[in-house]
Amino acid sequence: MGSRAKQDAEFLCMGIEGTAEKLGVGIVSDSGEILVNRVKHMKLAEGIHPSEAAQHHAAHLPSLVRQALEEAGLEMRELSLIAFSRGPGLGPCLRVAAVAARTLALKHRLPLLGVNHCVAHIEIGRLTTGAEDPLTVYVSGGNTQVTAFAKGRYRVFGETIDIALGNCIDQFARELGLGMPGGPAVEKLAKKGSYLPLPYVVKGMDLSYSGLLTAALRLAEKESLADVCFSLQETAFAMLVEVAERALVQAEKREVLLAGGVGVNVRLQEMLGEMCSEQGAELLVPPAEVLGDNGAMIAWLGVLSYLAGARQRLEETQVRQRWRTDEVDVLWR
Amino acid sequence: MEVIARGAEAVLYLSDGVVVKHRIRKSYRSPELDEMLRTTRTKREARLLALAKRAGVPAPVVLDVDLEEKKLCMSFIRGEKLSRLVDGMEEEELVRVFTLAGELAGRLHRSGIIHGDLTTANMLLSGKRLHLIDFGLGEVSRSLEAAGTDLLVFRKCVRSTHFNHEELIMDSFLSGYRRSFEQAEQTIERMLGIERRGRYFEHRG
Ligand SMILES: Nc1ncnc2c1ncn2[C@@H]1O[C@H](COP(=O)(O)OP(=O)(O)O)[C@@H](O)[C@H]1O
Ligand SMILES: [Mg+2]
Repeated sequence: MGSRAKQDAEFLCMGIEGTAEKLGVGIVSDSGEILVNRVKHMKLAEGIHPSEAAQHHAAHLPSLVRQALEEAGLEMRELSLIAFSRGPGLGPCLRVAAVAARTLALKHRLPLLGVNHCVAHIEIGRLTTGAEDPLTVYVSGGNTQVTAFAKGRYRVFGETIDIALGNCIDQFARELGLGMPGGPAVEKLAKKGSYLPLPYVVKGMDLSYSGLLTAALRLAEKESLADVCFSLQETAFAMLVEVAERALVQAEKREVLLAGGVGVNVRLQEMLGEMCSEQGAELLVPPAEVLGDNGAMIAWLGVLSYLAGARQRLEETQVRQRWRTDEVDVLWR
Repeated sequence: MEVIARGAEAVLYLSDGVVVKHRIRKSYRSPELDEMLRTTRTKREARLLALAKRAGVPAPVVLDVDLEEKKLCMSFIRGEKLSRLVDGMEEEELVRVFTLAGELAGRLHRSGIIHGDLTTANMLLSGKRLHLIDFGLGEVSRSLEAAGTDLLVFRKCVRSTHFNHEELIMDSFLSGYRRSFEQAEQTIERMLGIERRGRYFEHRG
């Protein structure tokens, strides 16, 4: 990364990510080089309040765009495309990113593409790890999804039917005053814990984490925090790995790609790695900068979509809060 | 000893004409959790297979349960997994088979049996008969929520693996389901409700 001159005929896309509490601006070239990838985290004392997050994004987006251009040593006019996270996500946040992207595109006469946030996670993972045709395990604060490519779409094999895995851990940590985000705090405490039974809920290949959260909070009233953190992680991750294993066998894939912010958890990586080696598959973990929400993934999906022929008129770029992964036509594969 | 399937959670083999389903240890999860899951699922599967048969749903006969070894012995069904047959089926055949599948699901729910993993990989077609297997994730429940979730599992399986025939399969399945289960309408409504609820970002508190 860092400043360098734009090469002739290079196609550069700026991606703006703003589906939840993180705001990201990244620039990626058509060869897959990530020139810059800036992320601004919102300070979270409590859970995400959509309107506050939107205000945060609106306040910081102009300077983040400026910083990204500076870091890359580029000017707006050298870009070829603006991409933004069109969904799924929190309405107010999505709209801020969309308005900013539309404004930039109009002002600098650049084409604009709204792209799918979940698909962007998959594609940046494939770009940075070299995964060819993986089963993707995508776990973050807002999403928990196991997907694989088949006939032009990323098919959803399993997903949460209530709250996301990251959300379950974050809420647990918040209620007990362990700080936000809760993942790292729970992971650290869990190191010294031992196992206590908690509800393990798998429905087909879908997962349910809300009962687990309630039970873990109740257990924390009488048991040691280390034990509860350990058991929460063990239970929540085992559910996910079980579903991933079944999907892997059913989809007949040989690679597992980890995506999403929860992916930095070492215990989760260890469990998935173990499952993969038993199944003779390979686990691929992208670098931390692109695991969580970021602008480069939006930019890269913009590049892929645009070069495969995707076009949107301005009025076709309205946000889609509940845009499903399996509704996206994967034109570039 | 002939291995007939090596699934994600179990190895199945034929021994003297009898199917043995052995739930194997998973080293990725903590030993206590692993032990608990393998025991309860083996136990549940045996119990629910018996209940399903009583509810008029073709299923293997349970011959023995070994909770120490996590082994379940059952009768062998000569047939093929429905998941493998779908792509080679004519429309008429799809309608017939999935109407029947829906009817069997309705019979389960009518008797308060939740399958837990209602997918085409767990339906064996043997001649004209359809058998249901793999009840380890199931439970006994009369709640709308449980039955609605069961339907949702089926729908998602169709969406992720039989997307070429999604509509035809779902329509047939639900028509069979309505035929055998009085509370079909409410349960289908609930399935749709669960799906809407679950979609993305449910931040509590
Ligand atoms: N009773 C049976 N008779 C014949 N084949 C069976 C029987 N039970 C299971 N099988 C075969 O083994 C496969 C896996 O069995 P299943 O009970 O679904 O285990 P898993 O939990 O691993 O999915 C089935 O798809 C089917 O092909
Ligand atoms: Mg099965």
